[in-house]
Amino acid sequence: MIDTKQNAMTEEIEMLVGKYGRTRDALMPIIQNIQVNHGMVTDFAQQEVARMLDVHPVEVYGVVTFYSFLSETPKGRYIVRLCKTISCDMAGKEAVARAVERELGVKFGETTRDNKFSLEYINCMGMCDQGPSMLVNDLVFTKLTPHTVVDILNRFK
Amino acid sequence: MDKIVKDNRAPVSQKPLVMAKVDKDAIGATVGIEINGNPYKVMLGTTILEACRENNIHVPTLCYHEDLCLAGVCRVCVVEVEGMNTLQAACTFPIINKVKVRTTSEKVRKARRHVLDLMLSEHYGECYSCHRNGNCELQKLAKEYGVDSYKFGHIQERRYKIDRSSYAVVRDMDKCILCKRCVRTCIDLQEVGVLEAINRGDKTKITTFMDKPLAEVVCISCGQCINRCPTGALKANDPSDEIWNVIDDPSKHVVIQTAPSPRAAIGEEFGLPAGISMTKQMNRALKMIGFDKVFDTNFSADLTIMEEGTELLLRLKKKLVEGDNNVRLPQFTSCSPGWIKYIEHFYPEYLDYLSTCKSPQQMFGAVIKTFYANENKIDPANIVTVALMPCSAKKFECNRPEMNASGFKDVDYGLTTRELAQMIREAGLFLPDLPPDTFDEPFGEASGAGLIFGATGGVMEAALRTAYELVTGRVVPFENLDILPCRGFDGVKQASVKLENVKPEWSFLEGVDLNFMIAHGTANAKKVMEALVRGELSNIHFIEVMACPGGCLGGGGQPIPTSPEIRKKRAEAIYQEDAGLPVRKSHENPHITYIYEKFLTEGPCGHLSHKLLHTHYVKRGKYIG
Amino acid sequence: MIKNKSILFNRENLGDCLAIALNKNPQDILMEIRESNLKGRGGAGFPTGTKWMLAAASLANKKYVVCNADEGEPGTFKDRVLLSDFPDLVFEGMVISGYAIGAQKGFMYLRGEYSYLLKQLNDQLEKMLKEKRLGKNILGKGYDFEIEIRLGAGAYVCGEETALIESLEGHRGEARNRPPYPVNTGFMGNPTIVNNVETFVTAAIIMSRGGEWFTKLGTGKSKGHKLVSVSGDCEEPGVYEVPFGISINELLKMVKAKNAKAVQVGGASGYCACEGEFERQISFEDLSTGGSIMIFNQSRDMLHVLRNFMEFFVEESCGQCTPCRIGNKKLLEGVEKIEQGDCSLSYLRELIELGKTMKIASKCGLGQSSPTPFISIMTNFEQEIFSQR
Ligand SMILES: Cc1cc2nc3c(=O)[nH]c(=O)nc-3n(C[C@H](O)[C@H](O)[C@H](O)COP(=O)(O)O)c2cc1C
Ligand code: SF4
Ligand code: FES
Repeated sequence: MIDTKQNAMTEEIEMLVGKYGRTRDALMPIIQNIQVNHGMVTDFAQQEVARMLDVHPVEVYGVVTFYSFLSETPKGRYIVRLCKTISCDMAGKEAVARAVERELGVKFGETTRDNKFSLEYINCMGMCDQGPSMLVNDLVFTKLTPHTVVDILNRFK
Repeated sequence: MDKIVKDNRAPVSQKPLVMAKVDKDAIGATVGIEINGNPYKVMLGTTILEACRENNIHVPTLCYHEDLCLAGVCRVCVVEVEGMNTLQAACTFPIINKVKVRTTSEKVRKARRHVLDLMLSEHYGECYSCHRNGNCELQKLAKEYGVDSYKFGHIQERRYKIDRSSYAVVRDMDKCILCKRCVRTCIDLQEVGVLEAINRGDKTKITTFMDKPLAEVVCISCGQCINRCPTGALKANDPSDEIWNVIDDPSKHVVIQTAPSPRAAIGEEFGLPAGISMTKQMNRALKMIGFDKVFDTNFSADLTIMEEGTELLLRLKKKLVEGDNNVRLPQFTSCSPGWIKYIEHFYPEYLDYLSTCKSPQQMFGAVIKTFYANENKIDPANIVTVALMPCSAKKFECNRPEMNASGFKDVDYGLTTRELAQMIREAGLFLPDLPPDTFDEPFGEASGAGLIFGATGGVMEAALRTAYELVTGRVVPFENLDILPCRGFDGVKQASVKLENVKPEWSFLEGVDLNFMIAHGTANAKKVMEALVRGELSNIHFIEVMACPGGCLGGGGQPIPTSPEIRKKRAEAIYQEDAGLPVRKSHENPHITYIYEKFLTEGPCGHLSHKLLHTHYVKRGKYIG
Repeated sequence: MIKNKSILFNRENLGDCLAIALNKNPQDILMEIRESNLKGRGGAGFPTGTKWMLAAASLANKKYVVCNADEGEPGTFKDRVLLSDFPDLVFEGMVISGYAIGAQKGFMYLRGEYSYLLKQLNDQLEKMLKEKRLGKNILGKGYDFEIEIRLGAGAYVCGEETALIESLEGHRGEARNRPPYPVNTGFMGNPTIVNNVETFVTAAIIMSRGGEWFTKLGTGKSKGHKLVSVSGDCEEPGVYEVPFGISINELLKMVKAKNAKAVQVGGASGYCACEGEFERQISFEDLSTGGSIMIFNQSRDMLHVLRNFMEFFVEESCGQCTPCRIGNKKLLEGVEKIEQGDCSLSYLRELIELGKTMKIASKCGLGQSSPTPFISIMTNFEQEIFSQR
């Protein structure tokens, strides 16, 4: 079971390497793809990428942990990222955040039991004129209120 | 040594600028600059730091290390450059035009002090409870800048658990100042790639892949990171308390063997300049500390030469005469346990190329708990063998489960040069003042060949001194036995010796050019291995590899600091001592003759040798589960 | 969408910028950009002409153009608007700069948060390829240039040009030592120019309208118009085109802000102006901004604002250099101390001194600017902040 999963991962990475190349500058696109497809970059995937690009696994690990959008631990299918920077904050982010937490029954930084939603804060995402704003995976939602945010989450449930 | 630094994988912009060595007086080669109001002439492309050091102007540094690529992250070396709004890191700023620099202006002093205050605020623990007390670069700077209080507070609680999982290296990240010297050592200098910074911002820390204990990753235990750590964040796993205990235990017979490199460096721990051999004073100290016997590892280095040289000749014979294609050539040396672990992790398919000989440390342990125990009627169960080594990987090696050929743990403790110096201090002794003393018999007399094991190329030189004579019956054709092609600090050296007019039993070697290579530092070993993988080394017969830059004298257990200059001095001390010894070839060591007559009666690579002096390796691989 | 009437970012009678540019020789383009006095729109305001000329002067046979679309500065979203409304001009600007400096390849480093724009941008590239405005032999002029979009992954510091290049190379986004500068040693060690999205669009427009026309806009040292993203306490937040030299008061009027007590110019790393300073101007000579204007009205607690900024920097610092990694943390702890009412004035002074050190001793622009809000807010609003606790 684990083996077939790993083989599939190796194949996927081989394909990505075929597309982006074997030089170090292919590292980011490759792990970004893995992240999107699997919600994380597993330690196995990191080592396979390292092997194919001829870098040290720990360097891949260093990169994965540097960027907020990459993660070595599992995330939910939908990552809800609520902007916490000042403009959104002043526009009412706090009320929205509490509403989301109550709705999903988890706190920010956590993932729901069914692995559907992960809640995260994010720094300014460039929607300051329409705050509070959030991303669900790569979809943007703006001018949130406690009510609209709940409606939006329900669409993903 | 230069080579290693230049070929690193650091981003191009962070490599030191390497300028071609040109005539200093040529037009355009130098540039006139001003430091603190005084004019100087420097080569184009030198950094401000280099310019200052050349002219004896002190600029403090922390993240800078001569062996490593540039980082420019600690910011204690900042200086003022006229015309620039911000301060510049002297260590990374290349001089390409007429700059005016101030190294001690008010701005600069204030900034450095702030940087120090910040570091200290996050630096957990107190100096008096730290093994680097008195030899810590952060402490030294705090003194230099008159730090008398914690301006921005002082962290009161541990943030990280100390990682004691490794036999060799202990990591206490609460003392880390994130200078990344260890990262640059591990990734660039050694190309092992165990340590790296993870996370970012205030969560940044140095750790291993997936934050695993050091023992579970591909660490080769070389300890080079320890040698370059400016603070107490990294240290070797210190067994000295246990050693004191067995010394104090009258039922134990405690024997210490001392490797060639510690004696050439231990003086540095007592304030002496690098390059002064302390062999005889050290013998005295060891006896005063209470070791029952003080032996010379050079004896087993000689033994290694007999075994390994014979093994090589046998391999050659099998290959050339018997056409046995299962024999692997070139044969690689196996005395560096860091190198062994490296090849086990990174080239597990090539373990057959390694000599099966144990390292001198392990050979000695096995001989003491068998031959020596027997001759002296001591129960081996009561013998404790300590190995004084320049090396942290030896701590790992003596704990390898297969290292019990005597029926006991062959070597009980690996002790580093630094740790012995500490024991000597604890015993109230000042090493340089001690009267000279000799090693104990029967393993006290050794050849210069065994001694030069301490420097890169030394094993090769020792092997050649013996093998050539064995095969031709004549002395190696080098003046004073100094095989100069084996010496020096080039990353990878290659040379050959022609075998002519050989003895009849070696006739198949007549006219053969014995080709050998020498590599030190695993980054260079990697180059050699890649060449082997590509099939380019088919004409090479013998390759010496040492895991540490400079060989054992630059080992992970040696006094801190280290630099190309210091390693050069240590090497000089070793070669000088060799030149003065009466016996300089392993096979002429009378104790070697004796042991083959009395104990290993089948001769080198015989049955008993195989049982006691040879070993096998583990295919570790690099996948971290 | 740009909210007010645009003069610079206006397509009316705008010629075919790319065609006009490729009809000139590279030297003339460089001269025209230099004479326009265009300064970088990303924040630092380095003269674009000079940057391009330095790269053009290099004899290296590989050079790169990088469009910095990382737009991470809190309160900045004008690049988002440009990428949505003017993607053609962004890319044309890149081609033009590539042509001028002799590069064959361009990257757009698009922040991960904007990945929803990716499809539209790729479609635009596709279209340009079809129309022979990109790729081989552009517009039949024998010039080849390709553009690749790379996504960021959520790291503000990757907007800093050398950190951006590190990230492009597949490393952690840690800023490099400068010198050497990217125009000499950039992507993969090759000469590289990094410019902001707005800089590229402006450069393209200059090709059509002329450098001289451009210099007639703006002030003495700050030529042209600037896009600002306005957010916070006002009735009409959004992106506006303003002439350099506009005062904060005029701006507040434009966006219908009432009761403003503080305006943060230049994002989290910018300067926080108090009411007494509202006559100051937006320009490189006075208050410079990469495009962020955040307005705070009388009801806002400035310490809360400051805390939000400092938390941002503590998280977003790349963490390699001491002044920034630990310094920002100490400033944030200082804010917490003030909140709890146990920060002495002497300690506050010490922190401000520390901030000044960070400004000059940090390795990159992040640490060099992150103390600015601390110093400006704690200077301008000290009494108010202390009287509230
Ligand atoms: C921490 C930090 C973040 C930055 N973020 C951005 C950014 O998001 N977009 C940008 O165009 N420039 C950013 N810059 C400025 C860039 O380093 C660089 O100066 C700019 O891209 C140059 O382009 P320009 O000359 O066209 O302004 C940032 C600088 C720093 C120090
Ligand atoms: S100033 Fe901050 S972001 Fe810049 S290099 Fe230093 S730690 Fe990194
Ligand atoms: S020694 Fe120069 S920055 Fe650390």
